[in-house]
Amino acid sequence: MGPEPGTLALIAPGILWVGALLACLLSLDRIFALDYEDGSLDLLATAPVPLEAVVTIKALAHWLTTGLPLVLISPVMGLLLFLPGEAYLWLILSLLLGTPALSVIGTFGAALTVGLKRGGLLLSLLVLPLYIPTLVFGAEVVARGAQGLSTATPLALLAGITLGAVALLPFASALVLRINLR
Amino acid sequence: MASFWEYANPLKFMRTTDWLLPIVAVAAAVVTSTGLIWGFFYTPDDFRQGATVKIVFLHVPAAMMAINAWVMMLVASLVWLIRRHHVSALAAKAAAPVGLVMTLIGLITGSVWGQPMWGTWWAWDPRLTSFLILFLFYLGYIALWAAIDDPDTGADLTAVLCIVGSVFAVLSRYAAIFWNQGLHQGASLSVAPGTRMDWAYKAPLYISMTGFGLIFLALVLAGTRTEIRARRMKALVMRERMA
Repeated sequence: MGPEPGTLALIAPGILWVGALLACLLSLDRIFALDYEDGSLDLLATAPVPLEAVVTIKALAHWLTTGLPLVLISPVMGLLLFLPGEAYLWLILSLLLGTPALSVIGTFGAALTVGLKRGGLLLSLLVLPLYIPTLVFGAEVVARGAQGLSTATPLALLAGITLGAVALLPFASALVLRINLR
Repeated sequence: MASFWEYANPLKFMRTTDWLLPIVAVAAAVVTSTGLIWGFFYTPDDFRQGATVKIVFLHVPAAMMAINAWVMMLVASLVWLIRRHHVSALAAKAAAPVGLVMTLIGLITGSVWGQPMWGTWWAWDPRLTSFLILFLFYLGYIALWAAIDDPDTGADLTAVLCIVGSVFAVLSRYAAIFWNQGLHQGASLSVAPGTRMDWAYKAPLYISMTGFGLIFLALVLAGTRTEIRARRMKALVMRERMA
């Protein structure tokens, strides 16, 4: 791509969001794998806490260790890619709003592939298409912010995806986890 | 009065498809070749697009079936999750590779058509993007089936994936439309079929679409029968081992 600031600034919104997505993807298979191997997942499943809550907390933990650091480090990354000054606020805001969806969707993928020996590649294949709407709207917020356009629509849609995913997907994740622990 | 749910019984399903499958297969072959031969050789060239327009008789039916196959898988998955009919889960499994190939045909013929028309093999048009995403969904669904050994676990997990995937596939479609219009003005590259088409094109196109529907039905029936037989064989082997 070359080190020209103009080129980098142009592609920075997309690159930063893809980077965040890939960083999330890398750590997904660790969400349930260790607990599954040492049997603590069975204990969690039989605990008086509903499995939906366990799954939600797992997603929150994943977000705290992956999503939040990404949000915090994103201004530095933007600096490296010559992101236009007016886009920083939108970059942070879009990542703050969008990365929880990445964690929740990823938790669903991790729950789906928890019992598999070579689930890593499959997990990526399953989760990647599910990430596309979040990625598109997230990158769009930053791109519009960089051009000084209104970001209200993609931001609202991004928030909608995150809220919808947080509200509904834990039920699906808990369901597939129960199936896998059967 | 025979109920539709009778066919959830594998025995009844096998008995019915035993005579139904050859009929559907022959009908699929006849109707599809009629539609394609009529479309390719007995329609006039378009005054602007020339003979390239004739790929529509392959492209549109394949694209239609690519989406319909996913919808059928969604319905079959719901039936499996709610009523626990094994035939339903196996039909969904059998439909996935057919849908994948239909998506691939849609993408390839579209690409071949796009080269002379748009001057490019690929464009990030919303429809093309959506189909690429659909292709990924099919791949993931098939890979998940293949990765799980226990058939009931596999059926359950793929069914949930199909339902969640459907929601995200629809979201992706609108995201793709939004994304493209966000960058460019509304590009009207895709030709909407059937709207302002002459009957000289419409008739063979409809026949071809029916033919592709029949092909899909025949392949899904054959695939489901194969799956049921594979299950029976597995059960026999198990029984042999236990004895």
